[in-house]
Amino acid sequence: MAEYSTPTSEPEFDANFAQLKPRMNSSEALFESSRCLFCFDAPCIQACPTGIDIPQFIRQINSGNDTGAARTIYEANYFGNACGKVCPTEVLCEGACVYNLQDVKPIEIGRLQSFATRKAIEEEKPLMAPGIPNGRKVAIIGAGPAGISCACELRTLGYAVDVFEAKAQPSGLTVYGVAPYKITNEEVLAEMAYLQQQLGYSVAYNAPIRSRAELQQLEEQYDAIFLGIGLGKTSTLGLPGEDRENCVGAVEFIEQLRLNHHGTAVGRKVIVLGGGNTAMDAASESSRMGADSVILAYRRGKEDMGAYEFEYDLAKGVGVKGLFHVAPVEIMGNGKVEGIKFIRTALHEGQVQTVPGSEFIEPCDMVIKATGQAKQTEFLGLIEGLKTDGKGRIIADERTGQTTNPQYFASGDARNGGAEVVNAAAEAKATARGIHEYLSK
Amino acid sequence: MPDLSINFAGIKSPNPFWLASAPPTNSGYQVMKAFDAGWGGAVWKTLGVPVVNVSSRYGSVNYRDKRMMGFNNIELISDRPLSDNLREIEEVKKRFPNHAVIASLMVQSRQEWHDIVRQSQEAGADGIELNFGCPHGMCERGMGSAVGQEPDVLQTIVEWVMEVAKIPVIVKLTPNISDITEPALAARRGGADAISLINTIQSIVGVDLDLFAPYPIVDGKGSNGGYCGPAVKPIALNMLKNCAQHPGVRLPISGIGGIETWRDAVEHILLGASSVQVCTAAMHYGFGIIREMTSGLEQYMTDKGFHTIYDFVGKALPNVLPWEELNMKYKVTANIHAEKCIGCQLCYTACEDGAHQAIQLNAGTRVPEIIEANCVGCNLCSLVCPVEDCITMDRQDDGTAHLTWKERTAAGDIPTEFNDEKAGGRHHWVPEPAAALGKEKHKTLPGKARQYPSAAEVPTTQA
Repeated sequence: MAEYSTPTSEPEFDANFAQLKPRMNSSEALFESSRCLFCFDAPCIQACPTGIDIPQFIRQINSGNDTGAARTIYEANYFGNACGKVCPTEVLCEGACVYNLQDVKPIEIGRLQSFATRKAIEEEKPLMAPGIPNGRKVAIIGAGPAGISCACELRTLGYAVDVFEAKAQPSGLTVYGVAPYKITNEEVLAEMAYLQQQLGYSVAYNAPIRSRAELQQLEEQYDAIFLGIGLGKTSTLGLPGEDRENCVGAVEFIEQLRLNHHGTAVGRKVIVLGGGNTAMDAASESSRMGADSVILAYRRGKEDMGAYEFEYDLAKGVGVKGLFHVAPVEIMGNGKVEGIKFIRTALHEGQVQTVPGSEFIEPCDMVIKATGQAKQTEFLGLIEGLKTDGKGRIIADERTGQTTNPQYFASGDARNGGAEVVNAAAEAKATARGIHEYLSK
Repeated sequence: MPDLSINFAGIKSPNPFWLASAPPTNSGYQVMKAFDAGWGGAVWKTLGVPVVNVSSRYGSVNYRDKRMMGFNNIELISDRPLSDNLREIEEVKKRFPNHAVIASLMVQSRQEWHDIVRQSQEAGADGIELNFGCPHGMCERGMGSAVGQEPDVLQTIVEWVMEVAKIPVIVKLTPNISDITEPALAARRGGADAISLINTIQSIVGVDLDLFAPYPIVDGKGSNGGYCGPAVKPIALNMLKNCAQHPGVRLPISGIGGIETWRDAVEHILLGASSVQVCTAAMHYGFGIIREMTSGLEQYMTDKGFHTIYDFVGKALPNVLPWEELNMKYKVTANIHAEKCIGCQLCYTACEDGAHQAIQLNAGTRVPEIIEANCVGCNLCSLVCPVEDCITMDRQDDGTAHLTWKERTAAGDIPTEFNDEKAGGRHHWVPEPAAALGKEKHKTLPGKARQYPSAAEVPTTQA
């Protein structure tokens, strides 16, 4: 394989992780926006969780009103640029474009969206403003897509908003978890600064809320508390040898990659366990980091994978090989990872069953587990009356986002179990309205 | 192989494609290059007393990402000395004896006309075109369209020219007039051999939103110019038809206006042109476009079994009638071919808001449905539909009945009172006005951003 050599500098890293959706110049934006049919009751709008009026912003770009286009986007979605870059547009707006039914390339909505929003960000166009202070205060735990979207919307409604973030930077997985070829750290942080500069919420970084005492303090000082805490670390598999060196969780691996870029250590032969989108990202990333071989191991068949087809195509495109119908039995090695013992599986009436006697060892020097993230069950247990469902997801009112403890509201991965940035942005904006409704009673 | 050659009022040319009198025919260099590329003829940039031009000179109308849908200029006639132009005409004719070189002329006095016509003939021009069309700069000096707009003056000047002309004389008409046939008839009365039309249309192509000045801008100011390019073809075709159908005109016509492809040329020919002139397309894409034009024309003629251009000159003219002679019994209605529909619903919103509320949406599908009883057969839905042959206009009458407005008028069978029972829309269903209020507002004003409570419930933002 080795289509990519291991990057040793920032330019080499950037070359290996070239943006999948590069920025449009104004000519390209003019040509692409000219192709839009401006459908009635456009399917792209319906396919967007935040319901951006897409034909409207495309028409605005086409008529030379880029600022108006950015306004249309931000009215619906505070993560306007981020979503243009990281949304699975292939299955959302662009997947719904009527051109698909004509076997014509759909409009590149994501790139047009980023064209307009990045211009507004760079030109510091004032598109939002806080509402008249209403004297109420809301605390937000977590500065991810949910937390920041909720903060923005609450500010427009006149609330004082303090965000508490455990990490050193805002935007959550947008900067810590999304594949680097989807968005750069610089543009993520530029959008976060743009929002905060206009709307004026405060963010405390490296300020995790962990204890009952800290929650108690928030409960006393704030009228409402919003939980945008996302998910926890990669779940453990409970396999022998899982603690060996170079056996890592995908989320942790990707975070290192986003923070350290070419400074991240990657094995020569990597096996990624899992069949979801995070597995595809981790596999692609390992390959782009110069691994000699990358195997994606999944216990069911290719067609059963949770990942979007285009994500698997991306991984295949950089040389990732699939290994299907296998389940890991043991992480082999002597201190360091040296291989995985797998057993073959077969489906019987929809159930995965192992095939006795089919064990084999696949050598490798790195294992990346992309087998789901744990819920923050322990932390949530500190909140009085807060209930979770059987999968550990926070139970909240669908419309208002209010949890079973009326002072607490929730959105994003902690509530939906793990979805896209755009889902968190949509839910949190609605939840801010729910908080407003609750506090206006 | 069809024969593309023409004999236009005595001017022979290997094909009907001529460059119009304009910047592409400013010099012998350009005309030779054009003939080398395959153009059949060229009308030289208008000769007269040399002018002095301004900078800048051209403006453009763009449509979305398409540039130069329309084009205008404030350039005047040739700014080169007459002797230079005549010498180059002579040189071109020596090199290309079988190609058509027509001298476009614009002067004032009878003596000047006599002199310049004679000199053009001596230089070897195959014909003369009298520029009575230029709508800017020259008309203020009593030339160009100032002549074209005064049939009597036009006729007099044509008569002066015919006193000395030994080669065919074409009169180029301005469209900046109510009835183009009036100057056409004057040209015939004056003895002209042919007419050409249209010259450019007086225009302002746009206004700069920052400088508050019309394009093209000359030191912060602008002036009206002459409009041409693809956008003017419909106006040209109509004026061409008017002259070609008029029983008093009966002159060969060189069609000009919006010709960029072979199709445009064929349309001009079908409405009566027997040569065509091109300018904007050559200014946009260069002389090389002639290859597509001749190849397309040849293929069309082969497909249709036409041997010469004259097999189809004016072939569409019998089918262009006054409105009152159209068959009112003919009835088409729209038919949406569901298997081709991509669900953009442009037809729905067009018919709903822009026509006759004859398309409805049904739950569970994005394919709209025609309300047969309401469809007046206007074509709008089929025009906005982005998919080829998805909406067809299908004939509903059996083709046996024929009744025109003229016949109905003669029979006394037309509405004559304000609330006449015979009103065309009398028995056509129209929704109640108030049914429009709030209808599908979530679709016409989409976006979840608008689904939140109305602005009144949200505190006003600080400036």
